[in-house]
Amino acid sequence: MAELQFREAIREAIDEEMDRDERVFIMGEEVAEYNGAYKVTEGMLDKYGFRRVIDTPISELGFAGIGVGAAMNGLRPIVEFMTFNFAVLAADQIINHASKARYMLGGQLDIPIVFRGPNASAGQLGATHSVAYDSMYAQFPGMSVIYPSEPDDAKGLLKSAIRNNDTVLFMESEQMYGMKGEVSEEEDYIIPIGKAKVKREGDDVTIVASGKMYHIAKQAADQLEKDGVEAEIIDPRTIKPLDIETIIESVKKTNRCVIVDEAHPFGGLAAEAGFLIQRDAFDYLDAPVRRVTLPDVSAPFSKSLFDLWLPDAKQVIQAVNSVTYRG
Amino acid sequence: MAEKIEMPKLSDTMEEGVIAKWNVKEGDKVESGDVIAEVETDKATMEVEVFDAGTILKILVDEGDAVPLGGAMAIVGEEGEDITGLLEENGEKESGKEEQKKEKEAKKEKSESKGSSGDFDPILGDVNGKDSSSKTGGTSGTAPSTQSDENGRIKASPLARKMAEDKGIDLSSVSGSGPEGRIIKKDIEEYKESAGTVAAEAPSYASEESEEVKISQMRKAIARRLSESKFSSPHFYETIDIDMEAAMKARASLNEVSEVKISFNDIIVKACAHALRRHPDVNSSWMDDVIRRHGDVNVAVAVAIDEGLMTPVINHCDKKNLRQISSETRELAELARNRKLQPEQMEGSTFTISNLGMFGIEEFTAIINPPNACILAVGAIRDVPVVKNGEVVPGKRMKVTLSSDHRIVDGAKAAQFLNTVRQMLENPLSMLL
Repeated sequence: MAELQFREAIREAIDEEMDRDERVFIMGEEVAEYNGAYKVTEGMLDKYGFRRVIDTPISELGFAGIGVGAAMNGLRPIVEFMTFNFAVLAADQIINHASKARYMLGGQLDIPIVFRGPNASAGQLGATHSVAYDSMYAQFPGMSVIYPSEPDDAKGLLKSAIRNNDTVLFMESEQMYGMKGEVSEEEDYIIPIGKAKVKREGDDVTIVASGKMYHIAKQAADQLEKDGVEAEIIDPRTIKPLDIETIIESVKKTNRCVIVDEAHPFGGLAAEAGFLIQRDAFDYLDAPVRRVTLPDVSAPFSKSLFDLWLPDAKQVIQAVNSVTYRG
Repeated sequence: MAEKIEMPKLSDTMEEGVIAKWNVKEGDKVESGDVIAEVETDKATMEVEVFDAGTILKILVDEGDAVPLGGAMAIVGEEGEDITGLLEENGEKESGKEEQKKEKEAKKEKSESKGSSGDFDPILGDVNGKDSSSKTGGTSGTAPSTQSDENGRIKASPLARKMAEDKGIDLSSVSGSGPEGRIIKKDIEEYKESAGTVAAEAPSYASEESEEVKISQMRKAIARRLSESKFSSPHFYETIDIDMEAAMKARASLNEVSEVKISFNDIIVKACAHALRRHPDVNSSWMDDVIRRHGDVNVAVAVAIDEGLMTPVINHCDKKNLRQISSETRELAELARNRKLQPEQMEGSTFTISNLGMFGIEEFTAIINPPNACILAVGAIRDVPVVKNGEVVPGKRMKVTLSSDHRIVDGAKAAQFLNTVRQMLENPLSMLL
């Protein structure tokens, strides 16, 4: 195992795939000359040249469309957005073209494209820069949504995403880029899309959390352990398709569940997983499923309000206490 | 014409009476003035006479049941008379009451369940404990209990329901520890333990059944009056040790000549009566707007009977001699023990003495018997070493504790009274003056 930063793990995945398959290329704002806004693509230009590491103008809809066209024509583009908050400008290409083309053309085409970049909030960036889009894109059929929480998952899943013949949205958190973690050195390390991981075992409660929220859940679980509560943490890693079986299995063991979701409460991952749990594990529930989400309010700029807005470990502990009937 | 026999008012404070015994049964012929029943009031068991001659057509109340003042106990009339009208009247009233009660309870339940229904905050979502289940989630302090809603549905988590079904446990016999009494996994697991495993493993201590005893009218009255006294009058206590040597000698000499046996208690009653005459503040009552200094000295003596406590009163104590006090006390105590004391024999006391000396109690404090200002708690006479002229010699001592209502009697006044009592008992001859 090698200890890598999140950004290094992603870079390794891209590098390995570009090395392996010359149809793979990367494009986006500042990915080439500047070595990437978050230095994910550092050194890529030198290694692969201008034809495969392409700087684009600030025109999300435009370069997303180029990506979709390239994919339709047999290439395997990786399109980097400086943040998924800007990718709403390209939502038409992502939702209406990339994810639907195979369906609308009767399966004649593959659209092997990966849209990737930072998701959700990074700190005091205001309401328009702080939205978590994983749940929103998961609403639409025809694409996978991945939101890994650790470098190892990021590498294995991104390699899967690049090899996938359909649209994949690969979301990263700006706050995670510097985060270090052990990454498998296995040659051609692949993690299949749609497979959740039990990241911590426990008997008392299941906490479901992915992406940045996994780290919040981990903090909460550490604290809960001191109070004698063993929390099991399931990281779905892939928001869509969601590995509900692994979650259900855990809930059958613990009988209680808290879902931590970086999105707003309405219709997100928490709502979906919560519904599926009650459908498939009703007779195993000892308490109603609870969720910890953002409030139904856009991100505030003020630091103190922002801290209040973002789910934190305290809220997770509170929710766990309520489902375990501990006051 | 048939008439209802109603519960009469047998004492001033009576609100209901319990039928202690029926002397008649349905079909019996009665004459005006016949005692048809014995009724337990808050003070005594009284006899209830019938006014109208006739036949007892219907007995409406079982022995041991209470009837409110004016409530129907029985129906008397001509033999064979149709009493359905009277019965209906009675029945309707009762069932009407029942309905009202039910309605009230239903309302209560409703209001209790109000506010516990979960509300989803459109802005905060589920964050900050807004889930319906968590609102009362595990709040400590709420007693665990199983509650079913108005439709009789028992609240249980799906898991608990499934577990109970698998194990054949009746949910209604499980008490829930979750919010609003929801039965959860833990409750089912623990239920199994308590009902099965533990009972099987434990050595056989068959659990003895607890018994719930009906509260008698007398016990209710005692509870009410003593609570009122203790909670409303500020009590304070003073204890004094009395040399009983002289009193014992005096009692021995008195009993040589007296045809009635004089007890220590009689001597104490007499001593108190004298002291009360000299300390009118102690012989007083707090009347809220005035303090009443009683003209008479009427001493009540607490008598323990099986059902509780009675306080027959010896009136004009200070004017009666020991023989009179003795025989009167005996008579009243006997009536009290047989529950034949009449209310007037328990009324009008100005001071009370409670003596537990015969039980070997050294000293204790008593609760004032309202509307008295004070009560004297008398302990046992003990053999104690006393120092006399520089030498330790055997002596006889008795501790008495005066409980006083501070609204009327202050510390010094209580002390002065106690000192007079002591002087009387230590110099019994002074009682003759």
